[in-house]
Amino acid sequence: MNDLRPVPGGVPHEGAPPGPDLPALLRRSARGDERAFAEVYDAVSAKAYGLAVHVVRDPAQAEEVVQESFLEVWRLAARYDADRGSPAAWILTIVHRRAVDRVRSAESATRRDTAYHDRNQPVSHDETAEAATASLEARRVRSALASLTPVQREAVELSYLRGYTHTEIARMLDLPVGTAKTRIRDGLIRLRDTMGVGSVR
Amino acid sequence: MSTDPTRTDIHALSGAYAVDALDDDERAQFERHLAGCPSCQTEVDDLREAAAALAEVNAVEPPAELRARLLADIGTVRPLPPMIERGAHRHAPVRRRWVAVVAAAAAVIVLAAVGGLVWHPWTSSTSPQLSAVTQVQHAPDAQRFSAHGPDGATVTVYRSVSLDKAVVVAHDLAAAPDDEVYQLWLQDPAGTMHPAGFLPAGSDTSATLSGAAATAKGAGITVEPAGGSPAPTSGPVALVAFTS
Repeated sequence: MNDLRPVPGGVPHEGAPPGPDLPALLRRSARGDERAFAEVYDAVSAKAYGLAVHVVRDPAQAEEVVQESFLEVWRLAARYDADRGSPAAWILTIVHRRAVDRVRSAESATRRDTAYHDRNQPVSHDETAEAATASLEARRVRSALASLTPVQREAVELSYLRGYTHTEIARMLDLPVGTAKTRIRDGLIRLRDTMGVGSVR
Repeated sequence: MSTDPTRTDIHALSGAYAVDALDDDERAQFERHLAGCPSCQTEVDDLREAAAALAEVNAVEPPAELRARLLADIGTVRPLPPMIERGAHRHAPVRRRWVAVVAAAAAVIVLAAVGGLVWHPWTSSTSPQLSAVTQVQHAPDAQRFSAHGPDGATVTVYRSVSLDKAVVVAHDLAAAPDDEVYQLWLQDPAGTMHPAGFLPAGSDTSATLSGAAATAKGAGITVEPAGGSPAPTSGPVALVAFTS
């Protein structure tokens, strides 16, 4: 089990449902088991779609991103390496990269000029946070997020959830070049440490 | 490489790399560093894990049709076999990075298939008299991929799928260490690196990548003992994924 890791000193975990054994399901997918793959999809698709929608904004394009990404997951399931992280993180890395590639190649001008100001945001941060309240895992993440300084959190969200580069973020926030990348890294390190992910090697 | 002036703070790019917040040049630069830096590899993996948590609190249920479409699609796509570890394990970290490149490249191939993207950066003016380099550069379906080489060298790979040819052009490529050469590689769809010839050092140098260029997923350059190696024995000094 790599998708649920011990939480040192964090929010207690006992109420969490066991959840599917994603590494095993990926191994079965690699052998062509479509039902196992459907379970992987069901377990990760809401996170993947939420992420894609945040980055690309347009729900139709977000669907394409998710569809292409999961096709990729299907193709590459045998290459998933449990030593490097959970299946969800591996899948979301593929989704994120693809979403970011899409906005950066499609856009140049249009999105950058208008999107940061609230052009038709199909999903606001508050709504989704609301919808996810039920999940214990989400509670744990939210308390970890609260440990970030406001500027760290802003930098992490603009990069991960909005798909901007650290240089663009620095310009948006009027920061010296190099500051945003430090904030992103510091914020992610604090998240990692608070949630106790990784470094169990 | 060891004289790279940015080497001192390149570790600081790990966070931005983990969340795809580097521009293309920085990303290529960091990936070259990553190939030889196990501590950065671990950090990037961990920070990606941490970032993925943000997706947890921002989850949105996708439309049900998406699931149906996807499950219909996978019936037509064959899962790739596992990577076969060959030879000594001492090069495992290097291999791992090659895998990352394949994944990125393969991702884009599928995108191209699904989205029907075709890029025609150069207009057609193919002529048999042209050198291989010019011929590929001017093919109607020419693709161009740039990377940084060692010590400030610039490396550009041009590929034409229709010609099944790829060429590499490098500028300011310093001589390889004594008794070593720059060996070229083409990576096949299964992830295996195939020797594709050699690139001479020089201020303005080029070579044709021999092999199955049209189906390759990426190309790389490594420093190898004189005469070359059957498989890469060191991390790439330059690396491109054949994305569209």
